[in-house]
Amino acid sequence: MTRPAPIIEPSPAPDPAAVPALSIDGVSHAYGQRRALMDVTFNVQPASFTALLGLNGAGKSTLFSLITRLFGIQAGRISIFGHDISKNPGEALRLLGVVFQPRTLDLDLSLTQNLLYHAALHGISRREAAARSAELLGRIGLADRAGSKVRDLSGGQMRRLEIARALLHRPRLLLLDEPTVGLDVKARADIISHVRQLVAEQGIGVLWATHLFDEIHPDDDLVVLHQGKVLARGPMSRVIAESGAQDVNTAFMRLTGAQAMPGGGA
Amino acid sequence: MSSITTREAPRGFSAGEYLTCLTGIVWREGLRFLHQRERFVSALVRPLVWLFIFAAGFRQVLGISIIPPYETYILYEVYIAPGLMAMIQLFNGMQSSLSMVYDREMGNMRTLLVSPLPRGFLLFCKLLAGTAVSLLQVYAFLLIAWLWDITPPPQGYLTVLPALILSGLMLGSLGMLISSGIKQLENFAGVMNFVIFPMFFASSALYPLWRVQEGSPYLYYLCEANPFTHAVELIRFALYGQINWISLAVVATCTIVFMIGAILAYDPSRGLARRGPAGGEG
Repeated sequence: MTRPAPIIEPSPAPDPAAVPALSIDGVSHAYGQRRALMDVTFNVQPASFTALLGLNGAGKSTLFSLITRLFGIQAGRISIFGHDISKNPGEALRLLGVVFQPRTLDLDLSLTQNLLYHAALHGISRREAAARSAELLGRIGLADRAGSKVRDLSGGQMRRLEIARALLHRPRLLLLDEPTVGLDVKARADIISHVRQLVAEQGIGVLWATHLFDEIHPDDDLVVLHQGKVLARGPMSRVIAESGAQDVNTAFMRLTGAQAMPGGGA
Repeated sequence: MSSITTREAPRGFSAGEYLTCLTGIVWREGLRFLHQRERFVSALVRPLVWLFIFAAGFRQVLGISIIPPYETYILYEVYIAPGLMAMIQLFNGMQSSLSMVYDREMGNMRTLLVSPLPRGFLLFCKLLAGTAVSLLQVYAFLLIAWLWDITPPPQGYLTVLPALILSGLMLGSLGMLISSGIKQLENFAGVMNFVIFPMFFASSALYPLWRVQEGSPYLYYLCEANPFTHAVELIRFALYGQINWISLAVVATCTIVFMIGAILAYDPSRGLARRGPAGGEG
């Protein structure tokens, strides 16, 4: 079932007047001799859900580390709402919310304490932070757990808390690195619908890294990352059509020349 | 991408935002410390073992002549108390660094570094937070030492505070500088053995340096060059309301050098062998 991978031509920029929420422009990165990213280019538009699809080791985490300034950029440019992450990191990071794949909560602190700490890191005053924390905890249905230790939460609840935390400083771009890994079906569905709601209601641009095809909708923007290269990008339905496939699973296999795909279903 | 230039001017950060960030980081470190009772107990037990057992045994062996800042003959316990205070800070500084390596692996450092405030400032806050924790430990030790008849002048408890802050920052920065080059905890533990023990023993913490000089002039010079010696002497003099200017100068200089070094070195992408050939800007 494998064929040489057809390369999809880059899609033209949707609207030149609109400043993309996230712009990745010709980014390459290497760890010594090993090249993790090669000339990666794509945009995330405001109020859009962009799925970054790739297997483990495709370069997703490296890309996240670059966007979040954890690594210095070796080649290319990354900007958030037009703010270059290298030249103007403060303004860029102010507009960015991140949910990392590994859990990054303080397990022995309470939900509220975790949120207040994050707010402080963004220079949000204590009173304002307390108000926002209470509001966000209410929205994710954990208001009655505000004083509990994070350690006592379920995996799905921790993820919801991390998303709430990422939204505390009211970013306009939200990055999520495989946020549903390790969650049960119900918790996964909750997280996905919550994030899609943020896109629809608050106009947040979302970059959602995943290797699970069923998390992507036909009208989502899709970026297929494989071995450090962008193989295809554009609306998912078009990527599927242009690869001559019927579904995203087959399309991905044709693009990457992969033998078998893990995690296609639930 | 040159079309994307029309946007609001960068507004920077206000002093209030910096202060909120600083207090938030110190507050979290304090909360974490309160949840780690074992860490507090072990931080106290270590110097107390030295004080109660080692010093008691050594009292008869080592006579201390009258040397500044002391004005009378003193017991050996009294002599080593400032050294043990500095030891608390040395261990704490290294332990905070360990937690930064640990945090980096666990992702908490990621959370910190995504803050929009300048990275150097964030790391400085982290160092100050670690120092604040060491102050709690040192004052708890001083309280127990007071019950053990180690009674510096009452105002000494206040005058020693700035010295402790400075020495805490110096040792924390040194720990961070070292931890930046370390990838694995095993390696870090090794470095601790190569750093903590030599620094502690080749200093004036346990014996006055004139004694060392009698034994070995070379070791004496080594001790004199050891920043930890000067942290001990700065604390010792400050505890008796005096300033040892040479130690102050050495500790202040080392703090600045170590801190700048630590901040520059603390770049996860610059970790040892992972560094690519094209470092570039950014």
